[in-house]
Amino acid sequence: MMGEFFVDPNRCIGCQSCVAACSECDTHRGVSMIHLQYVDRPISVQTVPVVCMHCDSPTCAEVCPADAIKRTGDGVVQTARKPRCIACNNCVLACPFGVPKMQVEYSLMMKCDMCYDRTSVGSKPMCASVCPSGALYFGSREEMEKQRPQSQPVNTFRFGNQTITTKVNMMVPKQKPVEHIDVMSAMNEEPIGIEDPFE
Amino acid sequence: MMHPSDQLSVPPDGRPYHDQPQWRNDFPIDWPQDELVARRDFTKFLVLTSFAFVVGQAWIAFENFVRKRRGAPPIRKIADLAAIPIGGAITFAYPDPHDDCILVRTAEQRFVAYSQKCTHLSCAVTPQVEKNCLQCPCHHGFFDLATGTPTAGPPRRPLPRIALQIRDGAIYATGVEVRA
Repeated sequence: MMGEFFVDPNRCIGCQSCVAACSECDTHRGVSMIHLQYVDRPISVQTVPVVCMHCDSPTCAEVCPADAIKRTGDGVVQTARKPRCIACNNCVLACPFGVPKMQVEYSLMMKCDMCYDRTSVGSKPMCASVCPSGALYFGSREEMEKQRPQSQPVNTFRFGNQTITTKVNMMVPKQKPVEHIDVMSAMNEEPIGIEDPFE
Repeated sequence: MMHPSDQLSVPPDGRPYHDQPQWRNDFPIDWPQDELVARRDFTKFLVLTSFAFVVGQAWIAFENFVRKRRGAPPIRKIADLAAIPIGGAITFAYPDPHDDCILVRTAEQRFVAYSQKCTHLSCAVTPQVEKNCLQCPCHHGFFDLATGTPTAGPPRRPLPRIALQIRDGAIYATGVEVRA
């Protein structure tokens, strides 16, 4: 394991460097796989970079009716396989983090694959290599601990009754230890019809 | 050997792979397992496919045997000549009730009859006497009205021709001529 991905939204300054760097990549030139989201645009300019969290139980792959979304041995969930993807948008609707996007002109779901061409040979992902404020960081846990003594990485999320464990870590303040991050608390409206299918 | 239960991804209910339904092993999320074709699965596929071919050949031989035993189809009256106008057509079933055929009177004393099933995908062909052809509306297949040979569209084999005989002011079907 040469490195892990750490996202620290507190440090994001909304400069769009990651978006520009992502669209530079030759595997999807001109189309950014990272989404820079505003938390609540009317009252704040705070932005959050959204990369694929690479879940241990990828919801996008679970809902894919065409068996198109695959996870490589190192835990990276890849873009839908072109010969199989039927452009049904199930993954787009199902992902708790809103990562997959349908590229209508290719009839293909494309998503962040942690710059697989780079990370698989030991380089940092494009976005993490350009982020000026350290909101996106790729490296070892020790490096992260040294840089952010006030923060700790969390990779457990709750989306309704769904608990999600991810490969990518989210940095949260240390002084108030958390077990998980509630994805839905960031939503404005109350989600409906939440029930645990396994109970 | 790589096995589906070695999957890295965790099913949503968190239970181990041997407690999971079979489809999870058949459609793994992990790429290495998805790419894997086990030697045993491949051998099973080869054996079952070969067996299916053998069964198919045996079935064809059996069908040929039964067809030969059945003998020539009976001579059956189709209609009175007066019932068919020149340029008109009627349908009939020959030799079995489900073998739909079509009889066309192209001139005073000229009759042609063919099986109505298009040799492409068995849609019913319709006669177009003024254009001297039989048309299959499903995929725009055309057959020559005089001979039944395909002239355009997907069909490649001619329509089976029904042998005809005119006796005592009536027309009779006497046989089916299947042509390759």
